[in-house]
Amino acid sequence: MRVARRRPEPSTFEFHKPTSGEQLIHFEHLTKAFGPKHVYDDVELDVRAGETLVVMGGSGTGKSVLLKCLIGLLRPDTGRIVFQGHELTHFTEDQFIPVRRHVAMVFQGSALFDSLTVGENVAYPLREHFPEMSEDELRKRVAEKLALVNLPGTEHLMPSDLSGGMKKRVGLARAIATDAEVILWDEPTTGLDPVTTQSINELINSMKTKLGVTSIVVTHDMVSAFAVGDRLAMLANRRIVQVGTREEIRRSTVPEVRAFLDARRAELVPGGAS
Amino acid sequence: MTPEVEAGVAAPPEEQGVVARAKVRLESLGSLARMTGQVFSRAVRPPYDWGTLIYHTESLGVRSLPIALLTATFAGLVISLQFGYFLGRFGVQYTVGRVVVLTLFRELAPVLTALTVGARIGSGMAAELGAMTVTEQVDAIRALGADPLRKLVVPRVLACLLVMPVLTVFADVVGLVGGALVVKLQYALPLDLFFQGALDAVLLEDFVSGVFKGAVFGVIIGLVGCFKGLTVEGGTEGVGRATTQTVAVTSVAVCLADFFITKLTLYL
Ligand SMILES: Nc1ncnc2c1ncn2[C@@H]1O[C@H](COP(=O)(O)OP(=O)(O)O)[C@@H](O)[C@H]1O
Ligand SMILES: [Mg+2]
Repeated sequence: MRVARRRPEPSTFEFHKPTSGEQLIHFEHLTKAFGPKHVYDDVELDVRAGETLVVMGGSGTGKSVLLKCLIGLLRPDTGRIVFQGHELTHFTEDQFIPVRRHVAMVFQGSALFDSLTVGENVAYPLREHFPEMSEDELRKRVAEKLALVNLPGTEHLMPSDLSGGMKKRVGLARAIATDAEVILWDEPTTGLDPVTTQSINELINSMKTKLGVTSIVVTHDMVSAFAVGDRLAMLANRRIVQVGTREEIRRSTVPEVRAFLDARRAELVPGGAS
Repeated sequence: MTPEVEAGVAAPPEEQGVVARAKVRLESLGSLARMTGQVFSRAVRPPYDWGTLIYHTESLGVRSLPIALLTATFAGLVISLQFGYFLGRFGVQYTVGRVVVLTLFRELAPVLTALTVGARIGSGMAAELGAMTVTEQVDAIRALGADPLRKLVVPRVLACLLVMPVLTVFADVVGLVGGALVVKLQYALPLDLFFQGALDAVLLEDFVSGVFKGAVFGVIIGLVGCFKGLTVEGGTEGVGRATTQTVAVTSVAVCLADFFITKLTLYL
């Protein structure tokens, strides 16, 4: 006699090419705490296919945690994350592996493996997801991705030889090596000079226009947020307090959003907020 | 079963009461036990990454050998000096070879090697993996479709498991030579008496029990070092804390394990 499983096994993950604008990812009633520290009380958020959604918020509000929950690096305490109808919340670590092939993360500090060359860093996910791929094919793919991020021919360099902006680019090349359709950007412009920031913003936009990827960008850099975001969401007080287009956010009357916008304006124009 | 290794609780233990601190320690011990199970279940299942294992074994062995040899030489010198003197007082100085070889093979070689070299290996691993944890490289391994326990922990623990018994054997040999030196130069006993006594006294199981201890200590050192590295919290400062904690935890764990293994091997 078979004993009924308590929880039905989630179906294996498959990615379907979405039509632009359809709902791709849905965060529902998400809560998360680390010990006594509550990061989210009730987070709700939708991500549409083909858009760049920016999640703004101060330091420590849980922006990185949101991205990590999506690819299973952290687990929410309660609530659901639904990706194209797949409920990811109960996926096992093994079931998350195909999800991670389609949803790539560009880490804040790039998180390049410092013992590997740039080329081997970019090849890393290819070796994991496609163990049968030939060395020739591998080399070709690596070169192609490095060219895409404007760093052709840098395969032999070590991460310690690179500037912050170049590391970000290699991090992107590595993340998209498996042709991910969704890219998660963790503070892509934090700590970069204005010119490099500009070039990273252009790179984020070109991923959308050239490859049609969906991006979730978390940042506290307002300039960058407005430069890349189709829609912007504000994370504050352990929830998403507002989601809207650039215009809607700019004219927002939500106190948390206003505080964030005005603080930034005061920084740009001395005395401007008074 | 997830390789997500979690530390006990967010707030630093020093700011909490005794009960809360004990709870944190227990929880942390629980996750270490869970990680141990996960590491071994991965270690025995393919794919095996021989290249990485050989790399770690070689680099650990080469880096540790000088200290291991130096420690063992002086351990041999000093126990020979001590026992030679006191056995002389009881009129049985000729038995010094037997006593030295048993002390060395069963206890001093494995334990001293684990406490000196092992603490160094463990804290090195904690620092290395801790740095990878705080720079999100461990998260990146998972995000790129790989398993950090398989990639980082399994080869390191297995390397420790292989290296520590070998170092113990080296320590046996140089410790014995050191002991012989003292017997000859300090007490003017003939060398063949020393070695004959040593050979008569020592059984294969004495040698094996020491080597076995080395293997167990190796596993403890590797697991604790990797665990402390993967559970680092609080940035670079946390890495420093993890390395010092690793030295403390491995030393205590080695001494505890030593007692129980001795009990086991004596009455088996
Ligand atoms: N693995 C973890 N263990 C314990 N606390 C964590 C962990 N990851 C994040 N936190 C806590 O959760 C909060 C949100 O973190 P994070 O998402 O990194 O913030 P940010 O918005 O700056 O990216 C922080 O207070 C942080 O201390
Ligand atoms: Mg962050």
